[in-house]
Amino acid sequence: MKIAVVQFPGSNCDQDCLRALTDGVHFQAEYVWHKQTSLYGFDAVVLPGGFSYGDYLRCGAIARFSPITRTVVRSAKEGMPVIGICNGFQILCEAGLLPGALIRNQSLRFVCKSVWLRVETGETPFTAQLKGQRILKMPIAHGEGAYFADKASLDALESQSQIVFRYTDEWGNATPEANPNGSMHNIAGVCNEARNVVGMMPHPDRAWDRQLGSEDGKLVFGSLAKALEPVISR
Amino acid sequence: MVGALMKVHVVVMPKQNVLDPQGVAVRNALKDLGLDTVESVRVGKFLELEFEELPDPAKLEEVCRDLLSNPVIEDYTIRPD
Repeated sequence: MKIAVVQFPGSNCDQDCLRALTDGVHFQAEYVWHKQTSLYGFDAVVLPGGFSYGDYLRCGAIARFSPITRTVVRSAKEGMPVIGICNGFQILCEAGLLPGALIRNQSLRFVCKSVWLRVETGETPFTAQLKGQRILKMPIAHGEGAYFADKASLDALESQSQIVFRYTDEWGNATPEANPNGSMHNIAGVCNEARNVVGMMPHPDRAWDRQLGSEDGKLVFGSLAKALEPVISR
Repeated sequence: MVGALMKVHVVVMPKQNVLDPQGVAVRNALKDLGLDTVESVRVGKFLELEFEELPDPAKLEEVCRDLLSNPVIEDYTIRPD
């Protein structure tokens, strides 16, 4: 099993993602430069956090048109597991792979702190080993992370269990106080209808060792092993 | 002879149903400055595109929809100068 970590100009969590995948959960992982057009030989892809293209115009708006993004869109439609973290989530929304958009934090502040998340569904490749509304701890670090979608899209996300993570307090209550950025319905992560594409604002790539304050990020990346079992035994 | 470049202006605004915290902060600052009758402010973007030859309107609509705005959260208007 081999995982691609895409590097856009301005990505800055690419090394965190690679280390989390290799040292954290012992997968093979390689960088893929955004000018490349092939994901041949890879079983899954990570779009890391950062400030691709300096966040010009809108976060993720220009990365959406990078050559590799077109390949990611095609591979995602063929069923490849894709996760976008932070700026990666913004890119997936801009690319139309995920519904909704990430807008300016309600506080207008860049928020950088540890938060608690409740896992809302085990039915994605990145939560496959997380059944029963587990509570995870990992950091967020963003200025544009407020999840927005119109009412029809929100209703669809709720009814089809496409909300993957919600911001909660440490006991799992999705209160307004536990919402760090003004996201609708306390949404921290969503998946597409086919459930193979996941976007999340919090950083599992910054939570895979006790020295980082949490190891919960390993559960997210580690879930891929379970999700890709049929691929590995092929 | 080089003719004057033609301009197209694109205005991108947050949709009415999207919370615009920047607009709220600016409104509050305006009130603090004594403009107490201001009810609301919304902050958008103004883009000036220059051409030697005006583009196909359909192409212009396409790039406004796909790149210059995000239809989930924004509306755009195109105005020839």
